[in-house]
Amino acid sequence: MNIIVCVKQIPDPETPAASFKVDEAAKKVIPAQGIAPVVNPYDPQATEAALRLKDAAGGGKVTVISLGPDSARDAIKHALAMGADEGVLLNDPAFDDIDNFQTANALAAAIKKIGECDLVLMGRASADWDMGVVPLGVGQALGVPVVSVAKAIEKTANGVKVERVLDDGFQTVEAPLPAIVTVSNEFGEPRYPQLRQIMMAAKKTVQVWSAADLGLGADATGAANRVMPLEALYVPKVESNVEIIEGDSPEEKARNLAQKLRAAKLI
Amino acid sequence: MPGILVVAEAAEGAVTPASFELIGAARKLSGEGAGPVAAFIAGSEAQAKELIAVGADSAYTSDAATQADILLPAVQAAVAQSGADIVLIAQSSLGRDLGPMLAFANNTGVAMDSTELKIEAGRLRATRSAYGGNARAEHTWKSPLQVVTVKAKSFDAPEADASRSGAVTAIAEKGESKITVLGTEKAVSTGIRIEDAAVVVSGGRGLGDESAFKALEELAGTLKVAAVGASRAACDLGWYPPSQQVGLTGKTVSPNLYIAIAISGASQHMAGMAGSKNIVSINKDADSNMVRVSKFAIIDDYKKVLPALIEEIKKLG
Repeated sequence: MNIIVCVKQIPDPETPAASFKVDEAAKKVIPAQGIAPVVNPYDPQATEAALRLKDAAGGGKVTVISLGPDSARDAIKHALAMGADEGVLLNDPAFDDIDNFQTANALAAAIKKIGECDLVLMGRASADWDMGVVPLGVGQALGVPVVSVAKAIEKTANGVKVERVLDDGFQTVEAPLPAIVTVSNEFGEPRYPQLRQIMMAAKKTVQVWSAADLGLGADATGAANRVMPLEALYVPKVESNVEIIEGDSPEEKARNLAQKLRAAKLI
Repeated sequence: MPGILVVAEAAEGAVTPASFELIGAARKLSGEGAGPVAAFIAGSEAQAKELIAVGADSAYTSDAATQADILLPAVQAAVAQSGADIVLIAQSSLGRDLGPMLAFANNTGVAMDSTELKIEAGRLRATRSAYGGNARAEHTWKSPLQVVTVKAKSFDAPEADASRSGAVTAIAEKGESKITVLGTEKAVSTGIRIEDAAVVVSGGRGLGDESAFKALEELAGTLKVAAVGASRAACDLGWYPPSQQVGLTGKTVSPNLYIAIAISGASQHMAGMAGSKNIVSINKDADSNMVRVSKFAIIDDYKKVLPALIEEIKKLG
């Protein structure tokens, strides 16, 4: 079974709010000092799903794609260390600050270029923009079905059987291959790469493709060609209205808090 | 003539509250010059009339199954017939798929989970939260069609007015799906589901050790309607089950009262609980993000605060 996993490198969502800064003029997040970017937290679950499906099928190849800057190579390396076979980095200044429509089309072009592919797996959303729309866009561009927010995936005679997480429950669906499935945190813990695997991953191939390699013309890329311009990005001013509960001792503060909560009918 | 199309939804025979909120959002945009409001529902004529009563000027119905790929051609037809250039969809299980599918089918993008919408120079401007609530992003569209999904409770549902009238048109178009639904089940759980609890008591890495969760459980037990949650850091340390993790990669909760104990408030955690109506912090750091967004906070050692808090709540009965 040949599977493609799309991963993304993002600013660490565990960054303390105090260290989160935005360059409002450039409409970009300023990387927090000393806090390295990480793999989008849903993506290792997509990689885990790919590795389990490949094992269950008794063979095949797992290829990891990431669209991003040079540092996004680390997100690919993480998936390779988990056990994926090959990596492709989509890297071009023309990809800087593109929107979800452009990203979906670039990923779709890369998937077509890789060719043989039974299944594409992605995290349910990226934790930076938190939209979860790119997988649907890739599905549209490739003309294949998309099953979103999976907690379990199983290969069947007809394709894949997927257990989806809904707002108020679960749904089991079956889709023919090729298909795109997005994986949610409910899938379970991904494996953690061991040192030996990390060293082996260093030897695995990561190809680098530019927009031209994907056959994408200048009108398909570039922030200036966004179909959805980003007009503003800023840190919202939080009016802090906190009432600090006073008291001569921790115990007295606790008693005062309980009474305040009761007075406000919160308990 | 431009206009707005609201994609409404019904669940168990009733129009969802989020659908009425979308009508509220659409009426606001209409008031700012966005044109008339049409509503689409995969449902009955009676439901279409309910949507008209709360503010739609006309409505479209479809008997297509509520699956995004099957509904897409029906929604496309409603967009074409109404002439709408703005489409509002709820951020629901359906909307999460339908919003992007509709946008991409029209060679454009979508702003998901929008919280504010306004018309500027005749065009839509959508504001949404990004980076786990640390940032706000404002989007516009260059394409003729502008598609957004809207976060629940961002707009008020208008009062119904039974005297309002409008045309209801049935739409025949529907898509074929390659996806077969084998079964759907409602979530069930024993005890109070953390997503449903009126009060959530949560602990983070700052608790210092696993045994502290016993005290959190005692507090939750005292409050009766409470569930216990944990930050990702605490779950990663193995202090509490991942099923109780609140945050980006865990549960999303919006209780009436959220008591955050020794949690600083990184975006990973805030993303899962920022919708809480009232937040209380017990934290040593007065400058932490969680304290800033709280209604009440105690700046002290939780180990000394919790026993007294539990005792006092018991006394208040």
